[in-house]
Amino acid sequence: MDKHERHIRQLIDEVRDGQLPRRGFIAQMVGLGLTAPMAGMLLMHAGVANAQATIPYKGTKRGGGGTLKLIYWQTAVHLNPHFAGGTKDQDASRIFYEPLAGWDSDGNLVPALAAEIPSKENGGVGADGKTVTWKLKKGVTWHDGKPFTADDVVFTAQYAGDPATSTVTVATYKDIKVEKVDSHTVKVTYPKPTPFWAEALTGIVGCILPKHVFEVFMGAKSREAAANTKPVGTGPYKIVDFKPGDSLVAEANMAYHVPNQPFFDRLEVKGGGDALSAARAVLQTTEYDVAWNLAVEDELLKRLEAAGKGRMEFYAGSDIEFVSLNVTDPWKEVDGERASAKSKHPAFTDKAVREAMSLLIDRKNIGEQVYGRGAVVTSNFLNNPPRYRSPNTKYEFSIDKANQVLEAGGWKKGADGIRAKDGVKLKFVFQTSVSGPRQKCQAIIKDACTKAGIDLELKSVVAAVFFGSDAANPDTYQKFWSDIQMFTTTMGSPDPQFFMEQFVTEQLSQKANKWSSRNLARWSNAEYDAAHKASQTEFDPVKRAALFVKMNDLVVNDKHIIPLFARPRPYGVVNKMKPVFSAWDNTTWALGYWTRDA
Amino acid sequence: MINYIIRRLLIALPSLLGISVVLFTVLALAPGDPFEDLANNPNVPPEVRMALRAQFGLDDPIWQRYLHWLGSMLKGDWGFSFISRINVDTLISQRIGVTIAVIGMSQLVALLVALPVGVLAAVKPYSWFDRIASTLAFVGFSLPTFFTGVLFILLFSVQLGWLPFVYRSDLSSTGWQWWVDQFKQSIMPITVLGLFQAASWMRYVRSAVLDVIRLDYVTTARSKGLGERAVVNKHVVRNALIPVVTLVALQMPAVFGGAIVTEQIFRIPGIGSLLIDAILRNDTPVIMAVTFVFSCLVIFFNLVADVLYGWLDPRISYR
Repeated sequence: MDKHERHIRQLIDEVRDGQLPRRGFIAQMVGLGLTAPMAGMLLMHAGVANAQATIPYKGTKRGGGGTLKLIYWQTAVHLNPHFAGGTKDQDASRIFYEPLAGWDSDGNLVPALAAEIPSKENGGVGADGKTVTWKLKKGVTWHDGKPFTADDVVFTAQYAGDPATSTVTVATYKDIKVEKVDSHTVKVTYPKPTPFWAEALTGIVGCILPKHVFEVFMGAKSREAAANTKPVGTGPYKIVDFKPGDSLVAEANMAYHVPNQPFFDRLEVKGGGDALSAARAVLQTTEYDVAWNLAVEDELLKRLEAAGKGRMEFYAGSDIEFVSLNVTDPWKEVDGERASAKSKHPAFTDKAVREAMSLLIDRKNIGEQVYGRGAVVTSNFLNNPPRYRSPNTKYEFSIDKANQVLEAGGWKKGADGIRAKDGVKLKFVFQTSVSGPRQKCQAIIKDACTKAGIDLELKSVVAAVFFGSDAANPDTYQKFWSDIQMFTTTMGSPDPQFFMEQFVTEQLSQKANKWSSRNLARWSNAEYDAAHKASQTEFDPVKRAALFVKMNDLVVNDKHIIPLFARPRPYGVVNKMKPVFSAWDNTTWALGYWTRDA
Repeated sequence: MINYIIRRLLIALPSLLGISVVLFTVLALAPGDPFEDLANNPNVPPEVRMALRAQFGLDDPIWQRYLHWLGSMLKGDWGFSFISRINVDTLISQRIGVTIAVIGMSQLVALLVALPVGVLAAVKPYSWFDRIASTLAFVGFSLPTFFTGVLFILLFSVQLGWLPFVYRSDLSSTGWQWWVDQFKQSIMPITVLGLFQAASWMRYVRSAVLDVIRLDYVTTARSKGLGERAVVNKHVVRNALIPVVTLVALQMPAVFGGAIVTEQIFRIPGIGSLLIDAILRNDTPVIMAVTFVFSCLVIFFNLVADVLYGWLDPRISYR
């Protein structure tokens, strides 16, 4: 780890001296297993002045670009970013509201309502790691013409942090203090040193609401605000009409605070239907310009792209499809609870079995055959931003090796061809949600396992039940009452602290917490817990990155968790359309920068 | 007659009450949680979900929730959606126009096709016209709308590029252009639904007319020397219509309910898609409101059918 750390420090020095371009550094960090946003933060913390990340923009005048049409296969139901539970609602509200800064695909903060990104250099980030001072952009107006000031920022933090308002962003704001310094400066104070200081007031959770509109609707009255569906924001487009569960229409905000933006005169967002026909509407009939999250088999997408009218674009985040081998015994009740944290799985306690399972998954083949461009094969759980990606893990597919490992571990084949040891048979139930690609994936794994003397019983549960949070249903992924399960977990923030919390002991999913916590495999490791705890207060970004790499290695090398693929986000885009996407922020995060070639 | 209608309406009240109790209980007992989205979002602490549940009264006992719902319903307050936090009546009124324009129109098309074709086919049974019409009808109701819908899209939108397949409730054009655009985007869903419905109705009309056309009074009318047109229109069709009226009247509430599959294929923001979204997300107030309105309409149209019988056949009297 020390070698690792020295290497990173050396690279940072090179950037400081100008020997290594920022982009090169970030690429290297990505190679080391860190996500791009984290790499950006590393430089920032190390005092390498962030030559403020910007997005190139080609437009030369405001408006005149015609109509921009987006199609979603889910539909937005309201337009308040702090109530937006689903991506579709977040994306729709982000059209109208802006945070102080957004995250670009390299994981850099790009100012929106902030005049500059705080750093140690410019005094924005306090030396004790507890305070952040944001300078706000001047001359910004709300869609109703009122000026945007520090009061709006302070109000937003209060509004979102008030538990009675029931916002989905309450966790971010309830413990922090946001104060006004002057009309265009705010200071954020954290209760303890916070390495990832940039969570509040950025990205979707940081969308600023106008105080004069929402003031009277704080707390329990929050539902009654007319602005929940008629937003008054600062964004590049203003609301014209919104039909919940169907469509929204917006027009260019001619008083937008970025010169020459927006490019388009009008914006239409349509929702509903299914992913395949959304892909058709963009790639085949070009009724729409951009389609969101086209979760369609790659082969079909390629066939639609063959029409030559549009293209697919993929953005790598850190969403990961992985297999978990249950740490606990799902078939025996201990203290009236199946898969109790006190029990041990009869077969998976032996590392040889876990090792063999990992060797029996043909990631490369499955990725290519089933998911195509929709999957990036990986041996890490934490894949992005690149600076957190561990260089220390690898994957292998070898039935022979799996057989050897099992043989050496004392698991002998019985008359039925199934291996057993001390009366424990290698017969497992493997569950996942109902979805074409997942069932294909299950079948391929089962086939390899059979060759190694492991018998898998495949089970698929309807997604609404599997991912449902019904505490009374035995088939949810949270209960994990089977031996093996497979699904994708998403990483919403470029900082991995929260993402990696899903393996700490405190989060064990069990009856006592109605299976509502996040450690579903019930994996527990003291070293991991300590590393995660340290990452919460470690202010040196390099050491912190090293901690995350260590956590990843601990989880992955123990083989209870077997990462398969990182899942990039697929967008359909018509020819000539030039959107700006980011894997770390909403689809509409930089809508003002979108243009269309003539 | 008036007495009869009033009595029927009074009888309807307890049935509506019963329906609402059953609906509410079933919904309350069904598994699921309207805030599942939040539960699956790791960034949202479980307390937010618990607070919302408490705030919206989801943790109260079922009977309390039902009485609460009934009380506000009687006061004309339909409640609000748990998901969008918008009033249910607003949600429904936003969609009723589109629903009636598309689904209602398709029923009209179905009727306009089924009546004349069915009657003509029955007047000359086993003629070439009858055979062709019947064959097409069998094909028509054997093909589900999700199949014909996709077929139409592939043909008219993808191959020929004539018609858009995404229905927009917010067309930007005005004046004549608006009507043209509206026509272009409605024609596929209306045809798909209309022809499917027409196919089965046509068979009903045909068999109803066939039953009547062989009766003695029709022969009498013919032997009086009445023209064929008068015999069919005045004597046959009028009597044959009674079973057809029942069928069509009971189908009318479906106009309000929408056509879930077709709405999904063409992305029509109708009541059907509102209901299915609400069901998928356990949005009880919306499900209750839509299904309740639906039951009211069923009862109402039953009454309409009964009243129409009397007009069609004066021998039927109301007591």
